[in-house]
Amino acid sequence: MRTLIFRTVAPYLSSLMVLFSVFVLLRGHNEPGGGFIGGLIAASAFAIYGIACGVSPVRRALYFHPMGISGAGLLMASVAGLLSVFSGVPFMTGLWLYVPIFREELALSTVLLFDVGVYFVVVGAITSIALALEEREGD
Amino acid sequence: MATSDKEPVDLSVAMVTDPAPLADWLVIAPLVFGMIVGSLLLMVRKDTRLQPYIAIPGLVVLVVIAAALLAHVVISGPVTMTMGRWLPPFGISFTVDILGALLTLTAAIAALAGGIYGAGDVNNSGRRYGFYPFLFLMMVGVSGAFLTGDIFNLYVWFEVLLIASFGLLILGSERGQIDGATKYAFLNLVATTFFLIATGYLYGIFGTLNMADIAIKAKTMEEKAPLVTLLSLYFLAFGMKAAAFPVNFWLPASYHTPRVVVSALFAGLLTKVGVYAFMRVAFVLFPAERDILGWVIASIAAVTMILGAMGALAQTDFRRLLGYLVISGIGIMFAGIALASPDGVSATIFYAVHSMIVMTALYLASGLAARASGGFSIAGSGGIYTTHPFLAAVTLILFFAVSGLPPFSGLWPKVILVKASLDVGAWWLAGAVLLSGFLTTIAVGRVWVLSYWRPAPAGTGDEQDAENLNPLIDYAPLVLLTAIVVALGVFPQQVLELSQTGTEQLLNPIDYIRSVFPSGGEQ
Repeated sequence: MRTLIFRTVAPYLSSLMVLFSVFVLLRGHNEPGGGFIGGLIAASAFAIYGIACGVSPVRRALYFHPMGISGAGLLMASVAGLLSVFSGVPFMTGLWLYVPIFREELALSTVLLFDVGVYFVVVGAITSIALALEEREGD
Repeated sequence: MATSDKEPVDLSVAMVTDPAPLADWLVIAPLVFGMIVGSLLLMVRKDTRLQPYIAIPGLVVLVVIAAALLAHVVISGPVTMTMGRWLPPFGISFTVDILGALLTLTAAIAALAGGIYGAGDVNNSGRRYGFYPFLFLMMVGVSGAFLTGDIFNLYVWFEVLLIASFGLLILGSERGQIDGATKYAFLNLVATTFFLIATGYLYGIFGTLNMADIAIKAKTMEEKAPLVTLLSLYFLAFGMKAAAFPVNFWLPASYHTPRVVVSALFAGLLTKVGVYAFMRVAFVLFPAERDILGWVIASIAAVTMILGAMGALAQTDFRRLLGYLVISGIGIMFAGIALASPDGVSATIFYAVHSMIVMTALYLASGLAARASGGFSIAGSGGIYTTHPFLAAVTLILFFAVSGLPPFSGLWPKVILVKASLDVGAWWLAGAVLLSGFLTTIAVGRVWVLSYWRPAPAGTGDEQDAENLNPLIDYAPLVLLTAIVVALGVFPQQVLELSQTGTEQLLNPIDYIRSVFPSGGEQ
C-alpha cells in the first residue's frame, strides 16, 4: 500500500479528515453529526495515515496512547453529567451558558462537553483497534 | 439554534420541576463514581505501580457510597432519579429499592475484596492489559443493572458488564482462556440477544420501557397480550445469564480458565445479576404471569440445584468444582422465586447476598490453596492443613457456609426456604434443597480431606513449591469476606429484616411505582 502517491497524499487527507471530524462534531447539536460520527471520521483519518506511513508515526503523532484518549473522553462525559449536581437538577440535565463574543452569542453547554467526550471515546477506541490490526500485518 | 432569548416554554409539561435533593444523587453515585475512577485508571494504564493505589481506595469509597444508598433507601423508601429531568416514562429512571441497594452494597464489598486480592494476583502484564479499569467498568455495569428502573437500560448495563467481563476473562491471553472466553462470549451473546428480542417484543406491546410504567399497564393487559410468552422469553434469557439448568454449561466451561481473582468476581457478581433481573421482571412487571409459570421455575430450580451439586461431586479440579457450586446456588435462589411467598423471596434475597460473598471468598481461597500446595488438582495436592493452618481454618468456615451448615451464613436462607416450601406443601422442593446441601457437603468435604487434611503426596516436593502468602493483600480480602460470612451466620437479624422489607417492596411494588410517578400512576 505504500505507493508514492498514497504516501504523499495521506498526510493532507488525514489532516483534512480530522478537521472535518471536528466540524461534524460541532454541527451535531442541531443538524446531522455529533461526537460518535465525528469520532469515527477522525479514527479513519488515523487509520489511513497508519496504512500509508506505518503505525509508529501515528502513535508518535498522537502522543497519548489511544486508550488514554478514550479514558479522558469517558471522564469528560461523566463530568458533563455530574455538573448538574451544582444546579440541583438530576444527572445529565443539559445546562447552558451563553457567552457573548463580538456581538455574537456562543452557546456552551454540558451537552457539548458530553459530545466531545463521546468523540474522544470513539477516536481512542477505534484508533486503538485499527492501529493494533495494522501492526499485526507485520509492516 | 440554541440562543438565550427564546420564548418562554412551560417546562413542567415535559420535565421534572422538583429540585433533585443531594441525597437522591446517591442513586446514580455508584455508577458515576465507578465510571470516573475507571476512566482515570484507563488513562494511567501503563503505570502499573500506581493503579492499585487509585483502585483500592476507589473501591472503599464505592462501598461507602453503596452503604449510604442502602441507608437512604431504608429510611425513605424507594428513590427515583430520572436522567436529564425528562418526565418518566420518557426520561430514563433509576429507581432503587432495598433489593437493588442491598445487592449493590454486597457487590461493592465483593469487588473490594477482589481489588485487594488482585494487587497480589494480577501481574504487571495483567495490569497493563487493564485489570483495574475493567474491574471498575464491570462494577459500573453490575451496579447499573441493580439500580436502573428502565428495562432497555438494564439491557445496556448487561452489555457493559459483559464487555468488561470479556476483557477480564482473557487477561493473560493463554490458550485455555481464549477457549473458555469463546464459549462464554458466544453463549452470553445468545442470552443477551434473547433479552433484546424480548425487550423489543415488550416495547411493541406496551409502548414503554419504564418498569414502573409497564407494571401499571400490565395489570390491564393480561387478556390482550401474550405476556406469558414474554415472561418465558425473559426467563430463558436471564436463566442463561444466571446459569440455570439446562443452559448452565457455559459456566463450568469458562470459570476455571481466567485468573483466580477474575473467577472470584464473576462467580460473586455476574450470575446474581441474572437472578436479580429475573426477580425484577417476574415480581414487578408480570406477577400474574409468574404465578402461571411457577411450576416451571420450581422444577428448573430443583434440577439446577441437584445437578449443580452432583456436578461438583464429579470434579477433580478445585475451581471447576466451585463453578458447579455456583450453579447449585442459582437453583436455590430460583426456588425462592418459584415459591413467591414472602418467606421464599426473602430467602432468595438473603441467599443472593450470602452467595455473592461466599463464592467470591471460596474462589480466592482456592487461589491461595493452589499457591500453597502447587495446583488446583484436588487429588494432586495435600498438606495445606499442616503448612498453612490459618488458610485451612478459613476455608473450612467457607465450606460449612456454602453447604448451609450452622453457624454460618448459608444456614438461614436455606432454613427459611425449606420452611416456605413445606408451608405450601412443596415437599419435593424442600427435599431438593436439603439433598443439594447434603451433596454439597460431600463435595467440599472431599476437597477438605484430600487437599487440606491429607499429608502432602510423597515426592511432590511441595516444601519448595509452597509460596509464602502475604498476610495483607492475600489474606485480608479473604478474612474480610469470611468475617461477613460468620457475622451473617451469627447475627442474621439485620440482613433478614432487610430481605423481608425488600420482599414487601418487591411483591407489592406500589411504593416503587409511586416513587417514579408521584401521582400513583393515574395519568
